[in-house]
Amino acid sequence: MPEPILKISGLDAFYEDFQALYGIDLEVAQGEVLAIIGANGAGKTTLMRSISGLTQNKADMVTFRGDRIGALRADEVAEKGIALVPEGRQLFPSLSVEENLLIGGQIGRKGPWSLSAVYELFPILQERRNQQSTSLSGGQQQMVAIGRALMANPDLILFDEISLGLAPIIIKDIYAALPGIIGEGMSALIVEQDITKALSVSQRFYCLQEGRVSLEGASATVAREDISRAYFGVE
Amino acid sequence: MDWVNAVVQGTLLGGLYALFAAGLSLIFGVMRLVNIAHGDFIVLGAYLGLSVTTLLGLHPLVALLLVVPAMALIGYVLQRGILNQTLGKDILPPLLVTFGLSVIIQNGLLEVYSADPQKMNAGALETASVPLGGLSLGVLPVLTFGIAVAVIASLQWMFYSTALGRAFRATSDNQEIAQLMGLNRRHIFGLAMALALGVTAIAGILLGIRTSFDPSIGGGRLIFGFEAVIIGGLGNLWGTLIGGVILGVAQTIGAKIDPGWQLLAGHIVFLAILAVRPNGLFPRINE
Repeated sequence: MPEPILKISGLDAFYEDFQALYGIDLEVAQGEVLAIIGANGAGKTTLMRSISGLTQNKADMVTFRGDRIGALRADEVAEKGIALVPEGRQLFPSLSVEENLLIGGQIGRKGPWSLSAVYELFPILQERRNQQSTSLSGGQQQMVAIGRALMANPDLILFDEISLGLAPIIIKDIYAALPGIIGEGMSALIVEQDITKALSVSQRFYCLQEGRVSLEGASATVAREDISRAYFGVE
Repeated sequence: MDWVNAVVQGTLLGGLYALFAAGLSLIFGVMRLVNIAHGDFIVLGAYLGLSVTTLLGLHPLVALLLVVPAMALIGYVLQRGILNQTLGKDILPPLLVTFGLSVIIQNGLLEVYSADPQKMNAGALETASVPLGGLSLGVLPVLTFGIAVAVIASLQWMFYSTALGRAFRATSDNQEIAQLMGLNRRHIFGLAMALALGVTAIAGILLGIRTSFDPSIGGGRLIFGFEAVIIGGLGNLWGTLIGGVILGVAQTIGAKIDPGWQLLAGHIVFLAILAVRPNGLFPRINE
């Protein structure tokens, strides 16, 4: 396995007052798509918050391209090249579609993604670019959220529950667009409730259960009964 | 004709009130901070202007070139050093801390400048007037109103057409997600306070040319600023200008009826509008 771009070691993290993650070890290789699965409350969102800097931990718990980033603020982590597509999309309601994209790009990192590249990927956004972001449909809002993260030209992109609350047809479209998004050497970490979807787009997966890694392996070859056991914790 | 005159003079006075209010509105809009010391910062701006004009012999309007950056710097340092630490889910700490700042600024000014009323000398500008269809308009009030319109227009442009304005709006919408975009909210808040106190410096110097001032008058200016913001509707800068004008006109008409009614008339109109339109006339923030 090549040198990991992201390395998490012994991560203990807290969600508000209670501990949500216990000694998580996890690696993402350069160019890899990794899936994180697990039931509600397993600690997936806390893991995303810890990587992106929204939850600050001890410096050496998270290493990104050799830099210890565990204790950095979210804006500093973003500058290092990690972008998050947050759960529930979380667009800026006072900003137009185009402004939402532009603010994603204001960090000024060089790379293939620009306003025109995002509009090429999601042409509907160009049509709607002057609308308020809240006037779009859920699927279109998700496109804006993905585009906003891409505009930062990240080396690692985190997707938190991108299919949550969307119609199946829209989910299909978004997953169809993913390979085009994650090309170009970008690594990705996908948190997903839909296990089949998660395994189909990823090379490897980690399953979380009650704040611990209960199973990890190659997405293509894992047995479903192993996943059920790791997911629900039942024998 | 007297009544027309009262309305016109009140409108021009409203420009000054809008300048009092603009900084208040900006700070509340970006970080939901109610700055109780805002009026005292206006007075601080006036005193800094006084010092610059007397020490360097500059005209008060030229002194703006020094006082505006100085106040902006004070704003940035204050925000990064103290106010950022008070911001959170609880709205009480910033109220208490800015109330404390108000007391500190007042007493500091008292210590340095004494309680004697002061006034800035702007020479011929203070008394110059131009005739307009039977009315006589003071050049200073007209200039003040013009500056107010220019300041509001610039803030509006900054907010809706620049990257900094976009960052202000994004941070105001959702601080966490704004952090994910690489925006350090502490720095953004510092810039917002710098901008607000820069505008406040303009308000303070124009106030100091227009009337005499002493360290205790900040509270009254804070109330006028609040009333202009609330009448106009939170988060709407042009609304703030209109709010200032309504307040100014109410005061001059009140004074026309009976000189003792000037302030009371302003407050009554404010309360009346609040009773009918609790969100102000042109609200933009819906909460």
